[in-house]
Amino acid sequence: MDVRTLATCAALGAVAACAGAAVPTPVPSESSHAAIARGRNLVRAGDCAACHTAEHGKPFAGGRAVPTPFGTIYSTNITPDDATGIGTWSADDFYRAMHEGIARDGHHLYPAFPYPWYTKVTRTDSDAIKAYLDTLAPVDEPPRENALPWPLTLRSGIAAWNAAFFHEGTYAYNAQKSAQWNEGAYLVEGLGHCGACHTPKNFAGAVKRRDALEGGYGENWYATSLANDVRDGIGAWTEQDIVDFLRRGANAHATAFGPMAEVVTHSTSHLTDTQLHAIAVYLKDSPPREASAASAPGRDVATHGAGLYLDDCAGCHMAQGEGLAGVFPALKGNGVVQANDAETLVHLILTGESAASTQANPNRFAMPAFDWKLSDQDIADVASYVRSAWGNSAAPVSAGTVKDVRAKVEHIVEQ
Amino acid sequence: MATRLPKVDCVLVGFGWTASILAHELTEAGLQVLALERGGFRDTVPDFSTTFIQDELRYAVRNGLFEEPERETLTFRNKTSETALPMRQLGSFRPASGAGGAGVHWNGQHWRFLPTDFLQRSHIEQRYGRKFIPDDMTIQDWGVTYEDLEPHFDAFEYLCGTSGRAGNLGGQKQDGGNPFEAARRRDYPNPPLKRGLAQVKFDEAAKAVGFHPFPCPASNTSRAYKNPLGVEMGACTYCGYCEWFGCGNFSKSSPQTTIFPVLIGKDGFEYRVRCEVTRVDLDASKTHATGVTYVDAQGREFEQPADLVILCAFPTHNVHLLLVSGIGKPYDPQANAGVTGRNYAYQITSSVDVFVDELVNPFMGAGALGQAVDDFNGDNFDHGPENFIGGGYLAAWTTGGRPILQSHVPDGTPTWGSGWKKAMADNYLKSLSIATHGSVMSYRDAYLDLDPTYRDVYGNPLLRLTFDYHDNEIRMSKFLTDKAEMIAKAMKPRAMHAKPRKAPYSIVPYQTTHNTGGAIMGTDPRTSVVNRYLQSWDVPNVFVMGASAFPQNAGYNPTGTVGALTYWAAEAIRKQYLAKPGPLMSKA
Repeated sequence: MDVRTLATCAALGAVAACAGAAVPTPVPSESSHAAIARGRNLVRAGDCAACHTAEHGKPFAGGRAVPTPFGTIYSTNITPDDATGIGTWSADDFYRAMHEGIARDGHHLYPAFPYPWYTKVTRTDSDAIKAYLDTLAPVDEPPRENALPWPLTLRSGIAAWNAAFFHEGTYAYNAQKSAQWNEGAYLVEGLGHCGACHTPKNFAGAVKRRDALEGGYGENWYATSLANDVRDGIGAWTEQDIVDFLRRGANAHATAFGPMAEVVTHSTSHLTDTQLHAIAVYLKDSPPREASAASAPGRDVATHGAGLYLDDCAGCHMAQGEGLAGVFPALKGNGVVQANDAETLVHLILTGESAASTQANPNRFAMPAFDWKLSDQDIADVASYVRSAWGNSAAPVSAGTVKDVRAKVEHIVEQ
Repeated sequence: MATRLPKVDCVLVGFGWTASILAHELTEAGLQVLALERGGFRDTVPDFSTTFIQDELRYAVRNGLFEEPERETLTFRNKTSETALPMRQLGSFRPASGAGGAGVHWNGQHWRFLPTDFLQRSHIEQRYGRKFIPDDMTIQDWGVTYEDLEPHFDAFEYLCGTSGRAGNLGGQKQDGGNPFEAARRRDYPNPPLKRGLAQVKFDEAAKAVGFHPFPCPASNTSRAYKNPLGVEMGACTYCGYCEWFGCGNFSKSSPQTTIFPVLIGKDGFEYRVRCEVTRVDLDASKTHATGVTYVDAQGREFEQPADLVILCAFPTHNVHLLLVSGIGKPYDPQANAGVTGRNYAYQITSSVDVFVDELVNPFMGAGALGQAVDDFNGDNFDHGPENFIGGGYLAAWTTGGRPILQSHVPDGTPTWGSGWKKAMADNYLKSLSIATHGSVMSYRDAYLDLDPTYRDVYGNPLLRLTFDYHDNEIRMSKFLTDKAEMIAKAMKPRAMHAKPRKAPYSIVPYQTTHNTGGAIMGTDPRTSVVNRYLQSWDVPNVFVMGASAFPQNAGYNPTGTVGALTYWAAEAIRKQYLAKPGPLMSKA
């Protein structure tokens, strides 16, 4: 059941009867083409392949290392292989994993599998996803052992985590909002699991639900705020800007890089126009946060930073931070540059990154690394400069912050 | 024992400009295409990262992006009476290695040859008579005309986002462009680069002496550009590190910046790097290629079967592969018979250094930032009184102001010490150079064959180059240098000196990497290796791309014409050959 159907049901005042979660449906022995096609689209929306495919591995056969603050978890094989994949799983089994985070044999899945978001997926959509996965060629790829410290190896701990932080429940249609808004919300809060990176997390790695999409950590990057602040959010973006960003990987304000480049490449660039516009409508319908105070860097830092900027950055980002439309992102007014947390900016300067390459925007633009030539103080100064130049406003960055980020990202490179 | 691999539809030897264009065109036609590259894979980031690539010592002096002569080279002699010796260091020319080929390190000087260049023999005979051509000069017509190639010149310029100003739109002369250029269907995709003071002074001085200056066509983008494949480029920042360097900010046209984004990862395309093709394999009839043999970085030998084999390597390597594979009868200068290796040619350059009072600021440069005159190129002027064949352009290029190799000091300056330092300080910002870039005709005694003594790492004989400048070229180059001096004098410089080119040709000092011929195209199998579609006369499922097809060399940088010929051949393969594999021209 898609959101449009949900909308119709809601309009008829018959949500309870329609909601798939409430009424288990018999699994058809042979899925329809329409269901498989819908499932393929939803698998893209959920970006399942990103985690369930190892580097140079077969798609959906698992084995990719998913770094978490607690250790490394390896994704599993979701091809229909009986022995090593989910070939023996029924649609009920699959739905339980999506909805409750529990595997076929009853063990709890780690929340690195984003069931806290996937729980919102309707039963019909879960069945469509399973129907599509069943069409894949089975791959014999046994799961890898996770690299977690005791006691996290004890799956029983997850039940306690779930009790504290997990909120099971299918997406609830908001009758106050349009069908388009609801479709966007369903994708963003459900399969899109945007909050897995873009929402801040607590000590236990669970998202802070009150601060949804206000910026958070994922895969050693700070994912910027998706709130409607002009300075460090998407306040200046139009609905079309959001659509362009998700389809092309770049718009007039920003270029996707790092994990978001992968999300665009493998997921959002394959969604329909209708879906992208729905996401944009939903994201634009949230208020800006409270602005946080920013102080400018000292004069010496600004001067040194400005010099470094001209030498190392201005060739692409241009002298006034204006960038080159469609090619190199502007730093003036850029949300990543002005994010409250500068970790992503520092990470980017240290390691460089590739932009997304999509059908609509096949370029393979990339920013080079500067870790080999700029010291912690240099990077702190140039970062502080771009955070305060051309009308930008964000707190200065310290050399200590750069040192910490450098230690983290060099650790990744060594891995 | 070679391991036999699964067959592909088409194997490309090399992965530079011509291979990248063909890979795109032939995968679009539905073929499964494999490119075999002897060097490594390279991309803008990380290999040419800005602020890292601008390292003159690493790349320009120590040849960071080129083939290693300790691994592969050729032997050289000026005359057949001499014994050739191996070229143990790169000197006069620098063949590239690695993905993108010479398209990575070129300057982006992107020209079209003139209509009369393609009719070199028939046009000269018609205008000046048969006797005007010296007996030992073996020039010939190409078998294609400018009109045949015009759509393909256009396609390559739009792929590259070339910056320039049209001088002849569909027969209508255009102010500010090159009045001698042939008709083009439309203007350049981008306006000319911003000029520096050297270009402004050249422009004024050339006009003062009655010549017709224009901005040089540059495959350095003057603004952001999206090409017909949907690939976007940045705008040139005039960093002055084009030649010998890859471009760090996506603004010099190369396979990396114009084709790779839509080619790499495409269904039907695969490339393998550090794979050196050692032979084109022929069947027993010697008229059909079965594929190629190559050696990988681990030293393992593989046999790669293919229906279509296309040589896309540097010209001398194309010829070497043909010779060691036994494709085409080797050229014999004594008998003046055979074709493979025949009509090797080069180019002849000279310059005039000019010292002025104004700040030229040469560090703000681009590989193809220049102002030129074409009054003395091709047959744009009457050769009758001059009694030589050929010509070239004169240009004030500002390719950069690199400290080690790109500075000029007046004649008489000490070569070291405080006198040299003072001259450097006084002149670095206040000097420019006018270059002449001349054609070289083909001759009976300029050719490529296999060396009888020296062998490569695989045990194959090295290629042997026999070449010298002839009197025709020396006189032509002097003529051009004199004209350059006229322009220099009109700048009213405080000092100037000419650097003429003299015979004999030396392989030691760098001159140009515009080596041509050896697998030349034509309409007569007795005097050409490939037909007008770059298809081997003897082995019709082998095609040979690149400047090895030039029957003689013209007075322009060759890449624009190489690109046009590649699109021309690709069209013939797509429209004619694939429908009916076999000879596209009859031998009779």
